[in-house]
Amino acid sequence: MTPFTLALSDWLALFGHFLVLSLLSVGGAIATAPDMHRYLVDTRHWLSDPQFSSSIAIAQAAPGPNVLFVGLLGWNVGLNAGGGTGGGWFAHGLGLLGVVVAMSGVLLPSSLLTLSATRWAHRNRQLRAVRAFKAGMAPLVVALLIATGWLLSSAGGDPANDWRLWLLTAAVALIVWRTKLHLLWMIGAGAVLGMVGWV
Amino acid sequence: MPAPPPALDAAPLNAPRSRADLFWSFTWLALQGFGGVLAVVQRELVEKKRWMTREQFVEDWAVAQVLPGPNVVNLSLMIGDRHFGLSGAAIALAGMLALPLMVVLALALLFASVADVEMAQRALRGMGAVAAGLVVGTGIKLMAALRGNPMGLPACALLALFTFAGVALLRVPLLWVLLAVGGVGCLWAWRRLAPDVRPAVPAALTDPDSGQTPQP
Repeated sequence: MTPFTLALSDWLALFGHFLVLSLLSVGGAIATAPDMHRYLVDTRHWLSDPQFSSSIAIAQAAPGPNVLFVGLLGWNVGLNAGGGTGGGWFAHGLGLLGVVVAMSGVLLPSSLLTLSATRWAHRNRQLRAVRAFKAGMAPLVVALLIATGWLLSSAGGDPANDWRLWLLTAAVALIVWRTKLHLLWMIGAGAVLGMVGWV
Repeated sequence: MPAPPPALDAAPLNAPRSRADLFWSFTWLALQGFGGVLAVVQRELVEKKRWMTREQFVEDWAVAQVLPGPNVVNLSLMIGDRHFGLSGAAIALAGMLALPLMVVLALALLFASVADVEMAQRALRGMGAVAAGLVVGTGIKLMAALRGNPMGLPACALLALFTFAGVALLRVPLLWVLLAVGGVGCLWAWRRLAPDVRPAVPAALTDPDSGQTPQP
């Protein structure tokens, strides 16, 4: 990670970017993960690839809505800006600021929209426009989930070992699709397989 | 419990007793939800607490799904809003997020303190591959929901293919993909829905607020 600091304008840019993504997060915040990756890792270099992937992995392993991965992204951006985990209280303070900026940015617009649109949509659920929106967006929602998995699984960057990661990803996808096995078992299995050096 | 299912269905619905009840109910839901909260929400709020019927749950879920924002967060906002208005929505949201956020940050701190240990790095690598599989598997599961789509399966497959190629392969910003591919999808669905909706229009479209029925 190249050291960097965040000016007020950078924090506002981060907040603004998440405000926009909030309105685009049809299918959940995870659907905008590819764009978060593009912005935070590729364009701004505020996060490393492993930090991005592990933020999603930790949020998925932990209880609660998966949207909390956005809070972790903000946490890591703030922490990096404060000099990493060695930055002491200052870095952890910036991390908390990152959590607040990222979470409020990604939730505020969508929540306000949900509150104002819910009653209207509920009353007019037989309206042609409402049904056309639901039907027209459904294939995109599905494809965005698969695209997110695709981007996450190709983040390894080590061609010699990548086939094992791909195999693990494909196996987990199959298990999630065909069985009701608790997702936590799979996260645990992934951690163990990683620790023993299989992937 | 000897009560037969029909009697259960006919039983009156419950409501959260207070805003505190709302907050802790959603906190408890969220803390049970490893790897996704939806299944827990359905079991707790529909089957155990009986705050809503199955039919209401399905309707709300459909709306929560098409609106932007995390689906379970949207659902908690709707339920909170229904019982206590705006403050209820805020409290349900806080319940869903506050304690789980602390758990997630604690986990992140734990990982940060062992981040230099090679074994922890390898564990995270394996967990990352699993997380990718979880998202893909959920996407494959949701493909089944496209079967009843009025656009038909070939059109759905084409739209999904363009979305995947744009986002995953060409790395086009999401906004343009949603506007272009989503716009085409909505217009196509609008066309396909046109013949079916006409007969139902006059009765279904009476606006409860104005009491007016738009002319078909």
